[in-house]
Amino acid sequence: MSAPGIDLSTNDIVPPSGFTARLTLFTSAAMAFLAVFAVALSLASTQLATRWSDAMARTATIRLSAPAGQVEAQTRAVLAALETTPGVASARALSDTEQQELLAPWMGTNLPIDTLAIPRLIEVVETAQGFDSENLRLRLSAEAPGAVLDDHTRWRRPFIAAAEHLKFIGLVSVALIGGAMAAMITLAANSALAANAQVIRVLRLVGARDIVIARAFVRRFSARALVGALVGAGAGVVALLLLPSVSGAETIFDGLGFSGSSWFLVPMIPAGAILVAYLATRFAALRMLGRMA
Amino acid sequence: MIELAHVAFGYGKRQLFADVSLALNEGDFFFLTGPSGAGKTTFMRLCYLDLLPEKGSLKLFGNEARDLSRDQVALTRQRIGVVHQDCQFLEHLSVVENIALPLTVGGRDVPLGDMEELLNWVGLADHRNALPAQLSGGERQRAALARAVMMDPDVILADEPTGNIDWEMSQRLLTLLLELNRMGKAILLATHDLALIRQAKSQASTRVLRLAGGELQAAGVDL
Repeated sequence: MSAPGIDLSTNDIVPPSGFTARLTLFTSAAMAFLAVFAVALSLASTQLATRWSDAMARTATIRLSAPAGQVEAQTRAVLAALETTPGVASARALSDTEQQELLAPWMGTNLPIDTLAIPRLIEVVETAQGFDSENLRLRLSAEAPGAVLDDHTRWRRPFIAAAEHLKFIGLVSVALIGGAMAAMITLAANSALAANAQVIRVLRLVGARDIVIARAFVRRFSARALVGALVGAGAGVVALLLLPSVSGAETIFDGLGFSGSSWFLVPMIPAGAILVAYLATRFAALRMLGRMA
Repeated sequence: MIELAHVAFGYGKRQLFADVSLALNEGDFFFLTGPSGAGKTTFMRLCYLDLLPEKGSLKLFGNEARDLSRDQVALTRQRIGVVHQDCQFLEHLSVVENIALPLTVGGRDVPLGDMEELLNWVGLADHRNALPAQLSGGERQRAALARAVMMDPDVILADEPTGNIDWEMSQRLLTLLLELNRMGKAILLATHDLALIRQAKSQASTRVLRLAGGELQAAGVDL
């Protein structure tokens, strides 16, 4: 409808102002802000756990405990066995200095390693295909009885479990944020409908169908939710970008943020907000109009 | 168009009508009178499906009211123009937007020529962009009448439309309603104003109904 003096669409039949407008804007902005962090945290935890898991998945350690006179002989036997083991890319015995560095955080730097009965460590780097752990264990038990293979499975398993758990927590957080947003917008929509009872009465008097009235509220609330979510998501991204860098520390904060294809998740947050607002307001409006009929 | 047969209605224990019947057909012009509290407004609300009868049959355009879905009620109301004493506008919209409202919510375009004609007919061409709150009582009533006829309804229900306006303005409103009646619209006008009824009877064939004591009766011709 467009004509001089008559520029009215069904969107305009609901009065534009009211505290519900501010409530919807604030709610969707706050929820989008939190959603940015929930998604970023979920991504970061997944990436971190995957990094750790991948790093450990490609390496294994052989711990050799043998009487002092047999250490060198068994070390050579282990390295020889590893050279002919399919799936092993390289293997080397750690030097005393390297072992000392590994123990330094716990034992200090002046550790007299040659006077202690510390097992010899042999680092094994796997090929992409990896090796057969059970076969290698059998060979080692035959050729170097003091060698124990640690393929990091027992370390890796909790990390994988933690990664899955964190991913789940992230998804649950996003779902809870969406649910809380839906609840708040439903309350705001109910409040707006109640406050506009007289408007609804007039609209019904002139023959407006419920869906037309509901649509006016739905569009109004969806638009507010979109604006709020854009502001909230934008603020969330800015806050993430302003986080102090802790690179190199291999902590969860190291990957907190978006990169590459994960940036596509950011516009999904306002899109999700508008979808939640649309469904919540439509449901609330039609139910309320049914009660008011 | 609107047919009530043995209709009963009340609020809680207070029975307003026990057995009321009326048929409002094309070209009819009924006045509805009666003491305050007799149920004139309730009777009007029944006629535009704001209320449903407790007993009896209420048919609008051949359809039993109880059988209509909410969408069908809305579509039925588009065939009925309603003018209230308190007018009931959307206060955030201009006069012209309020008048166009029935078409807007019906998803129909506003024929500009018709709107101009309507605004001139009710004498509100100069107030098209005013807000309802800026209008006088008489202007609001005329705007309400314009909105009621915007959809070219078959029936016009007017509940005390002259209650808040002076005699001259009442005359003008009556003239507009009589013109609509001559065009074939059925009109039911609830009023206390006997002078207005006499004026109408002198110009057109109208009938007067009196609602009192829970009954609807034809009033005497000597009003």
